[in-house]
Amino acid sequence: MACLLEAPLRISVLSEVTATSRHYVDRLFDPDPQKVLQGVIDMKNAVIGNNKQKANLIVLGAVPRLLYLLQQGSSSSELRAECAVVLGSLAMGTENNIKSLVDCHIIPALLQGLLCPDLIFIEACLRCLRTVFISPVTPVQLLYTDPTVIPHLMSLLSRSQRTQEYITQIFSHCCKTPEHQTVLFNHGAIQNIAPLLISPSYKVRMQALKCFSVLAYENTQVSMTLVNVLVDEELLSQVFVRMMQRDQPIDMQLTAAKCLTYMCRAGAIRTDDSCIVLKTLPCLVRMCSKERLLEERVEGAETLAYLMEPDVELQRIASVTDHLVAMLADYFKYPSSVSAITDIKRLDHDLKHAHELRQAAFKLYASLGSNDEDIRKKITETENMMDRIVSGLSESSVKVRLAAVRCLHSLSRSVQQLRTSFHDHAVWKPLMKLLQNAPDEVLVMASSTLCNLLLEFSPSKEPILESGVIELLCSLTQSDSPALRVNGIWALMNMAFQADQKVKGEIVRALGTEQLFRLLSDPDSNVLMKTLGLLRNLLSTRPHIDQVMSSHGKQIMQAVTLILEGEHSIEVKEQTLCILANIADGNTAKELIMTNDDILQKIKYYMAHSNVKLQLAATFCISNLIWNEEDGSQERQDKLRELGFVDILHKLTQASDPNLCDRSDTATHTSDLSPAFLQILSSIDRQTGTNTCTLIVL
Amino acid sequence: MAELGAGSLLLGDPAFNYQEAELNERLKRLYPAVNEDETPLPRSWSPKDKYSYIGLSQNNLRVHYKGHGKNHKDAASVRATHPIPAACGIYYFEVKIVSKGLDFLSSLLPLSPIPGWDKHSYGYHGDDGHSFCSSGTGQPYGPTFTTGDVIGCCVNLINNTCFYTKNGISLGVAFTDLPPNLYPTVGLQTPGEIVDANFGQQPFVFDIEDYMSEWRAKIHGMIARFPIGERLGEWQAVLQNMVSTYLVHHGYCATATAFARATETLIQEDQTSIKNRQRIQKLVLAGRVGEAIEATQQLYPGLLEHNPNLLFMLKCRQFVEMVNGTDSEVRCFSVRSPKSQDSYPGSPSLSPRHGATNPNLHSAGADSPTCSNGVTPPNKNKSHNKYPGVSSASSSSSSSPSSVNYSESNSTDSTKSQPHSGTSNQEETSDSEMEIEAEHYTNGVAENPSARIMNGTYKHQEILQAQDISLGNGVAEDSCASRQLCGGNQAATERMIQFGRELQGLNEQLCREYGKNVTHKKMLQDAFSLLAYSDPWNCPVGQQLDPMQRENICSALNSAILESQNLPKQPPLMLALGQATECVQLMARVRSGSCSFARVDNFLH
Repeated sequence: MACLLEAPLRISVLSEVTATSRHYVDRLFDPDPQKVLQGVIDMKNAVIGNNKQKANLIVLGAVPRLLYLLQQGSSSSELRAECAVVLGSLAMGTENNIKSLVDCHIIPALLQGLLCPDLIFIEACLRCLRTVFISPVTPVQLLYTDPTVIPHLMSLLSRSQRTQEYITQIFSHCCKTPEHQTVLFNHGAIQNIAPLLISPSYKVRMQALKCFSVLAYENTQVSMTLVNVLVDEELLSQVFVRMMQRDQPIDMQLTAAKCLTYMCRAGAIRTDDSCIVLKTLPCLVRMCSKERLLEERVEGAETLAYLMEPDVELQRIASVTDHLVAMLADYFKYPSSVSAITDIKRLDHDLKHAHELRQAAFKLYASLGSNDEDIRKKITETENMMDRIVSGLSESSVKVRLAAVRCLHSLSRSVQQLRTSFHDHAVWKPLMKLLQNAPDEVLVMASSTLCNLLLEFSPSKEPILESGVIELLCSLTQSDSPALRVNGIWALMNMAFQADQKVKGEIVRALGTEQLFRLLSDPDSNVLMKTLGLLRNLLSTRPHIDQVMSSHGKQIMQAVTLILEGEHSIEVKEQTLCILANIADGNTAKELIMTNDDILQKIKYYMAHSNVKLQLAATFCISNLIWNEEDGSQERQDKLRELGFVDILHKLTQASDPNLCDRSDTATHTSDLSPAFLQILSSIDRQTGTNTCTLIVL
Repeated sequence: MAELGAGSLLLGDPAFNYQEAELNERLKRLYPAVNEDETPLPRSWSPKDKYSYIGLSQNNLRVHYKGHGKNHKDAASVRATHPIPAACGIYYFEVKIVSKGLDFLSSLLPLSPIPGWDKHSYGYHGDDGHSFCSSGTGQPYGPTFTTGDVIGCCVNLINNTCFYTKNGISLGVAFTDLPPNLYPTVGLQTPGEIVDANFGQQPFVFDIEDYMSEWRAKIHGMIARFPIGERLGEWQAVLQNMVSTYLVHHGYCATATAFARATETLIQEDQTSIKNRQRIQKLVLAGRVGEAIEATQQLYPGLLEHNPNLLFMLKCRQFVEMVNGTDSEVRCFSVRSPKSQDSYPGSPSLSPRHGATNPNLHSAGADSPTCSNGVTPPNKNKSHNKYPGVSSASSSSSSSPSSVNYSESNSTDSTKSQPHSGTSNQEETSDSEMEIEAEHYTNGVAENPSARIMNGTYKHQEILQAQDISLGNGVAEDSCASRQLCGGNQAATERMIQFGRELQGLNEQLCREYGKNVTHKKMLQDAFSLLAYSDPWNCPVGQQLDPMQRENICSALNSAILESQNLPKQPPLMLALGQATECVQLMARVRSGSCSFARVDNFLH
C-alpha cells in the first residue's frame, strides 16, 4: 500500500492513525465492488488484535457501511461474509465496541443474514452474534424480540459444527430467566441439542452441555424431560456421568455435575441415586480441592452447596468425603502471605477471587451444617471458624456478609453451639451491627439467626436484650417483606418466652397494641402464627395474664373471636384456643371468657370438633376455667354445666385419643369436685397454665 | 491354624473357577503393568501370616475372629499372601463388614510389611473412625463403620499416599510417605466379627478405574509436557535422524532419499550400499536364500565367513525354502513347470512373474516382500523403477552348489575371528544388545524375555503378521492344492536332499570347531523333520515354512551387514523404543508406581 507509506511522512503520529483508518473506511465506498471487497479484506487484516484500530474504525463510521454492505442483496456472498468477519473482529474488542455495534442495530441485521443460504456467511454472522451476545453489555432480550429467530437457529443446528458451537453458546448465554428456558424448551431445544453431546468436536460438546445446565436450572419441566432423553441409546444422565469421569477436562466435569445437580434439585433424579451419591457429589467435592483453579473451586462449592441443601443424607456423605470440611478452610487463605510478596500478578488474581472464595465456603458450610448436629460440631471445630464468620459478617462485600450470616444461621440451629462457641465469640455483636443497616436479603438471614440467639437457653439473650434489640425487631414487623415481618415477630415471641414482666411490658409498649392487632390480621399465616405465639408467651404466668388482659383484654378477646370465626388453618385455631386457655388461667382474666357467651359457645363447638388437636386445646381451656381451687369456681362450674359442657366431657372420656381422655377425665372429675383428682389436675394445669411457645428457626 | 484346610476346600468348585477367571481378568485390566511372575498380586489372605485367633474360610477371603476379645491384647490380624507390587501404580482392595460383633474395636490395618504386625503398619479403625500410623494413638480421620459397610483401601504408589473409602465414597488422604512393600491386612478384636475381602473377585463399590484414569491422564500430561530444553532445533534434528535411519536401516531407499531431501538432512550410508542391502533383504524375504547368500558373499566378502552361526542359520533357512519350493536352487528345475508359479504362497499377486526365465524380472519378484514389509509403501514403485540389473544374482542361482563349498571353506577361517559362539545366533544378538542397552543394570536384564524388542521386529512384526494372513488367505485356494515338496520336481527334490547332506556336514564341522551347539542341532532337526511328513505345510513343524519366518533371519543378516560397515546394527528408533520399554520395566523394579500409567504401548498407534 503505497498510500500507507506516504501518510506518516506528512502528519503527526496521532492523526496518522486516524488517517490510515480513514483510508480503510473510504475504500468501503469505492464504486468498484472488487475494490470494496479488497478493502474489506485489508480492513480485516488490519483490525485483528488491534483494539485501537477497532475503536478508530468504529468512530469513523465503518460499522453502518459494513452493515449496509452486508445487508445489500447485490453484494457478492464473499463480500457479505467478509463484512460479517470484520464486524465479528470489531466485536472482539472492548465492551465499548460491543455497545457501539449494538447501537448500530447489528443484531437484527445479523439475524436477518442468517436467512441467507450461504453457509460461510451464516457461520460468520453466527460467530459475530456469539461474540456480541456473550458480552455482559448486550441485552439478552434482543434474541427473543423476533419470535422467528429461535426456531430458525434451531434449524441451523444441523448445518455444521461451527453453527452448532456458536448457536449453543448463544443459547447458554441468553437463557437467563424461566421465560427464556420455556421459549427454548418449547422450540425443541432438548431434542435438537441432545445429539450434540456426543459430537466429535469438544467445543460443541462443551457448549451443548452448558446449554443444558442453564436450561435445567430450577426448571422442573426441563429436568423431567431431560431424564428420559436418550442419546445414541444411552440415558442422558449416563452421558453426563461419563462426562464427569476424572480424565475429562475439568470444565466438562464441572458443567456435567451442574446439570445433574439441577436435575436432582428439580426432583427429576432422586437424591439417593448412585449417579448423585457416587458420581456428582464426589465430583463436586473434587472441584473444591486445592489443585483446582480458584474459579472452579468457587463454582464447585456453590454447586455442591445447592445440591445437598435439602438432603441431610447428602450432607452427611459430603461431610466425610475427602476431608471436605478441612479443605474448605483453605478458601480463607487468599491472598496468601506468600503471593503478596513474590508475585504481584498472582496477588491481583487472588484478591479478585478472595471474596468469591470466602462466600462460596460460607455457603457450603451453611449447607453442610443445616441439619446434622455432628457436622455442625465438626465445622465449628475447624481452625478459626467462628473468627472467620465473625469477620465475614462485617466484610465490605454484601455477598460475603450474606453467606457468612447464612452460615451462622445454619450453625445457630445447634443448641450446643448456641451455648458454647456462639457465646464465646460474642457473635451477637457483629450480628446486631449487621441488622442496623443491610439489604433485605441479609436482614432476613440475620434476623433469622437473631431469633435463634434469643432462645431462652441461649446465653447471648441477655446481652442482646440490653443492646436495645426490641425497637429494632418491632421495626422489622412493619417491613414490607413478609419474611422480615415473620422474623421480627418470631424473635419477639422467643424473647417473650418465660421473660420477666419488665421485658414483656417493654415488648408491648414498643410494638404498640395497634401494630400487634395489625399483625393479627396479617395476610401471611406465618406472621399470624408467630404473633399468636407472642400473645401466648405474653399471657403466661397468672400475674402477667391479668395485667395484660386488664389493659388490652377487650381487643384481645375481639381478635380471638375474629380468628376463631375466620377461615384459618387448624394450627392457627389451635394456637388461638391455647391463648384462650392461657387467659382462662388468669385470676381476673377468666371473667372475660365467662362473661362472653359467644366465646363459650365457640369453645363448646371446638370441643366437639373433628380435629383432636382443637378438641384438646378447647378442653384445656375449660379445665382451666373450672379449676376449683380458685374463687368462684363453683359458679363457673354451674354455668358451664348449664351450657352442656359436662355432657361433652363425658362423651370425650369415651374418645379414642388417650391424651384427650385424660384431659376430659380431669375436667369431668373436677366438675364433680372429686378431691382426689384435684391434685393431679393442679399439677397438669400448672404446666398448662404457663403454656408458651418457643421454636428454633429452621 | 485349624482353619487352614478350610481355605482350600472349594478349589474344585466350578463357581470358584469362574470367579477365578473373573478375578484374573479384572486384575489384568486394573494392573496391566504388573508382571505376576516377578511380583504376584494379593489374591487372598495368607493362612501362614496370621494370628491364631483368626479363622479363614471361603477361599481364604472371609476372616472371622475366634479369640476372647477381652482387651486390646486379644486383637489379631491377617495379611494377604503378597505385598502390593509397585507396578500397580494404584492399588485397591475392599473389605465388607459382614458382622461387627458385640464389642467395639474393629480395625482395618491394611498394610503390614513384616509379620511384626505393629511396626510400619497403617490402619483405619471402625470404632472411632481414627487413623493409626505405626502407633497406638490415632488421629481423627473419617466416620465410624459397622455391619454392612464396605471399607476400601487405595494405595497410590505414585505419590506414596493412601486413602480409604466407605461405601464407595473417598474419605480423603489418610497417610503420606508410605514405605514400599505393604501388605493388605485386616485386624479384628471382637468375638463374632466377620469380614469378607475383595481383592478383585467382585466389582468394587468404589469406582477405582475412574480414579486411575485421572492419574493416567496426569502422567500422560506430564510426559507430553516434559520440557525438552531450549535447543528445539536439535530436538527436531534428532527426530528426523530417527526417521531417516529407520528408513535406511530397512532399506527403504527411495523414501529415505525423499525424506532426506525434504528435511535437508544427510544420509550416512552410501546409496548403493542401501540398495544392496535392500536387495539381499528382498531375496531373503522372497525365500530365495541361496541367492541372498551368494549376493552377500559377493557384496560383502568375508562377512559370512566371520559369522558362521549366521551362515548356518541362512543355510538352514535355505533348506526350508527348498522344501517350500521357493529357493532358486530348486526353482530353476521347475521353470518349465507351470505349477511352480503358484508355489510361493507369500507373493500371490506377483507369482506369475516368478516363473519367467527373464532374469531382469527378478526385481519384480523381489518386490513382493515389500508388500509384506508394508511399513512405507510409497517407496515400492520408485525402487522398482530404479532397481539396477540383478543379473549377477540371477545367474548365480544356477551355480548354487558352489555357495555351499564357499561357506564350508570359509567357516574354517572364521575360527580365529569368532572364538566363542556357544549360543544360537538369535540369543547372541539379543544378549549383546542387552549389554549395550542396559550397561548400568547388567543384572537381571540379560535373561529378560522382552529382549526380542531389540531386534527391530517389535510391532513391525505384528503388522507383517496381519498382512501375511490376509495375503495367505487370498492364495489359499489356488496354492494349497498345488503345494508340493520342492515344487513337485524330482530333480529339485534330489538337489534338496543333497543340500541337506551338505548342511549336515556343515553342522558337524561347526561342532568340531566350536563344540556342540544345541540350537543348531534343534534347527537342523526341525528343518529335516519337514521331510518326514507327506504334507509338510500341515505338520507340527510346518510353521517353519511360513514366509513370516524369514523375518528373523532377514533382520539378523541385515544387522550383520550394517555392523560390518561400522553402522549401527539397530535403527536408533527401535533402540529408543526398546530402551523406553525397558526403562518402564525398570521403574517397576525400583518401585516407581507411575510406570503403570506410562506404558510404551499407550503411545504407539
